Order: sequence, then structure tokens, then C-alpha cells
Amino acid sequence: MGVITDLLVTLLETVRDVLPIAIILFGFQLVILRKKIANLPQILMGFLLVLLGLAFFLEGLERALFPLGKLMAKQLTAPEFLGITENAGVISNNWAQYFWVYLFAFAIGFSTTIAEPSLIAVAIKANQVSGGAIGTWGLRISVAIGVAVGISLGSYRIVTGTPLHYYIIAGYILVIIQTIYCPKSIIALAYDSGGVTTSTVTVPLVAALGLGLSSNIPGRNPLLDGFGLIAFASLFPIMSVMGYAQLSEWVAHRAKRRQRDDRGE
Amino acid sequence: MTQLLKHFIYSLFESIRDLAPIIGVIAFFQLLVLQQPIPDLAGLLTGTLLVVIGLTLFVHGLKLGLFPIGESIAHDFAHKGSLFWLLVFAFALGFGTTVAEPALIAVADEAAEVAATGGMIENSLESKESYANGLRMTVALSVGFAILIGVLRIIKGWPVQYLIMGGYSGVVIMTGFAPPEIIGIAYDSGGVTTSTITVPLVTALGVGLASSIRGRNPMTDGFGLIAFASLTPMIFVMGYGMVI
Repeated sequence: MGVITDLLVTLLETVRDVLPIAIILFGFQLVILRKKIANLPQILMGFLLVLLGLAFFLEGLERALFPLGKLMAKQLTAPEFLGITENAGVISNNWAQYFWVYLFAFAIGFSTTIAEPSLIAVAIKANQVSGGAIGTWGLRISVAIGVAVGISLGSYRIVTGTPLHYYIIAGYILVIIQTIYCPKSIIALAYDSGGVTTSTVTVPLVAALGLGLSSNIPGRNPLLDGFGLIAFASLFPIMSVMGYAQLSEWVAHRAKRRQRDDRGE
Repeated sequence: MTQLLKHFIYSLFESIRDLAPIIGVIAFFQLLVLQQPIPDLAGLLTGTLLVVIGLTLFVHGLKLGLFPIGESIAHDFAHKGSLFWLLVFAFALGFGTTVAEPALIAVADEAAEVAATGGMIENSLESKESYANGLRMTVALSVGFAILIGVLRIIKGWPVQYLIMGGYSGVVIMTGFAPPEIIGIAYDSGGVTTSTITVPLVTALGVGLASSIRGRNPMTDGFGLIAFASLTPMIFVMGYGMVI
């Protein structure tokens, strides 16, 4: 019984979130464009499915994955687990102490990104537009690796307490260098993949990890140091997607050259 | 009918595959690293079932509803030829989808807490609320502005990297002047703005526009709107922190 009422509440909340978007879309369509919407029943059906789907998805996350994931983030960052004692300054320089935290950051970043619905959407579209040249899984896995590396490095930053903007600015410089050498067709998609990764599934779990780390490590202020993980998670996929494109171009190039060499002999 | 059922079962399996890594990670850490039993197994199973069904329905609805409407609107605007209304639409879409975004509301409230503790604003309920509201408005305005610029870029065919690099320089310069308390929040606000419904819609809009305008390539020109929407909030929020 409880499941059904909770589900209804989530459904109403989702409707409330989607309503402004629907009003803008249909309002412009009817008032400014003054055109009948083609396949209206199909589109309304699609909207209904999206609403229902999001409500089920969010309610399920709230029931199953979030409580457990947040609890684990708390346990893994608990002072007893990390072995933090009074004179913790010495320990915090020792990265091995935090091995499980970094591994958890990596794993949770990767796995939540694979499940992220907005990334699935962009991957479907990119596959369509590129005529199949960009595989949905190739894109999703490279974005997920980017997020995983980003969150682990972000956790390392919280542990060591170095200023956030050094990392971000260094990241920007890397992105700019990669942009120069990367195949032109992937650039816009790579920049986009930074923004799509951090959404429904990733943000709550990553925020719990950041909060746990910054409130338990001595000398860190959760209000100041807890932020920044999302920024890492949106910067690193840009690099990994461009890296993926560069790598696949290089592989294709080498295969072609080898073919030519074979023919030359 | 059997065809439809087969299709549905197939997409259910796809969703299970998408969620398998999370379940694996949680099981590994809970059972092997923390060595604790899984609390409330029944709740976990029903929840996971809901997530699987939800993801399946969502992806289906995406293909039936969100993608087609985004593309058809883009197409109609391109045919109507009114740049003014297209830009108004772009702004409204960015602003309207962001201002009510739950993730943003949560971040804004947290940011108000930070500002109050840091002594940037008075530590009262009223001033915190007005700070949080101001922040939300700032982010929503910046996303509206981002989609507007992004759409203009698609129409004019400007290369995306120059605009992004310009944006990066903006972020770096602003970082030098903004109060340190706001920097973390500003950097994060770029990531939280783009919700699960906005992303497919905006992507379809961009790709639709690029494919309806002659001389534009949907691959190089169609993407990039989300990138702007995650860049401008950083600049605007740091600006907000400097003004307040």
C-alpha cells in the first residue's frame, strides 16, 4: 500500500516539474507557430510514458539505491574506518589510508553514469545523427570513465584540501589542447557530455560522498570543501570523450596504413 | 501484440543491464569491504524493480514523445523564419526548465547556508531565503541566456570551441575576483542545471535546427547547447557572489 501512495506522490511531483516545460512547448506551438502538431496522440503517449517512467525511476532510487548508497558513503568516510586519530595531519598525507574511498568514488561514478537516463538519451541521438559511427556504448563507457576519474580526483582534492580552481583551470587547459588535435565532428558532443552526466542518479550519491569526506576529515569544512565534486564530474567526461574519439581515429588510421603496407609488398 | 510484448521484454533487459553496475558496486562494497548485511532486502528489491520499469518506460517515451516534439518545433521555427521568436523560445525553454529544477533548489538552499556561515549575508531565515531565490533566478537566467546563444550559434554556424574557450576564460577571470566561498557552489551549479527532461529536449532541438538549416551539419553544429547551459551558470553565479 505504501509503495502505491509514495509512487503517486512522486508522480505528482514529476508532473509539477514537467508542467512548465509542457506549457512552453505547447504554448509556442499553438500561439507562435500556429501549427498542428503532427502525430499528436503519439507525442502525448510519449509524454505520459516519460512521466510515468521518471516517477517509477525516482521512487525506486529513493527506496533502494539512495539510502544504501548514502549509508555506504557515510560508513566508508567514518573516522573509525579511515583510522583518523587526534594527530591526523600525518595520516591525511598517506593516500593508501583512503584507498577504499577512492575506489568507491571511482566505482560509484562509473556505475551511476551508466544508468543516467539523460546520457542514454544523448547517446541514442548521437548514434542516430552520426549514422552509427558513434556507438551508444562507446560514448556511454567513455563518459562513465571520465566521471569515475573525476570523482576520484575530486575526493583526493577534498582529502588533501588543495584549492578547487587549480584543478579546474588545469582541466580547462587540457581540454583546450585536446580540442586542437581532436576530430572536429566530436567536439560539440564532447562538450555536451560534460553537462549531461550529472543528473538524477549521480548527484545525490556523489553529494553524500563529498559531505561525508569533508565533515569527517579534520580541517575540512563541509560547507566549503563539500562542493566541487559535481564540477569534476562534468569536466572529465569532456576529456575522456575527446580521448575516445582520438583513440578510435588513431586505430582506424593505423589499420588503413597497415592495409596500404600490405598492398605495397 | 506479441511483437510489442517482445519489444517490451527486450527493453526491460536493456534496463537491467544498465543498472547492473550500480547493484554490483553496492553489493561489493557492502558485503566485502564493509562486511555488513544488506538492510531491508525486500525494500531494495521492490525499489530496484521500480527503477528498471521506470527506465524502460522513460526511454520508450523519449523516442515517442520528447525527441519528435523537439525536432518538429525546431523544424517549424526554421520554416517560419522568425529569428526573434526562435530566440524568445530558446530563452523561455532554458529559463523555464531550470527555475523549477529540484536539484537547483537544493543547491541554492545549501549555498545560502554557506553564505550565512561565511558572514556574507545576515544569518536569518529571511535573508537566507532571499539569497537562495536570487541565486536560483541567476542560474535560470544564465541557462536561458545559454540556450539563446547556443541557438544563435547553430543558425550562424559559429564553431563551438571558440565560444566555449571564451566561456572558460570568463570562468578563470571571474575566479580571480569572486569571493572564495562562492567558487565551489558556482562550479557545481553548472552541473546541476540540466535535468533528465531538459537534456533530450534541448538535444533534439539543436539537432533538429541544424538539420533544417542548409549548410549546417547536425553532428558538428547540432550538439553543444548543453555545454553552454553548464558553462554560463558558473560565470553568472560568481558574478552574483561579487554583487551581493
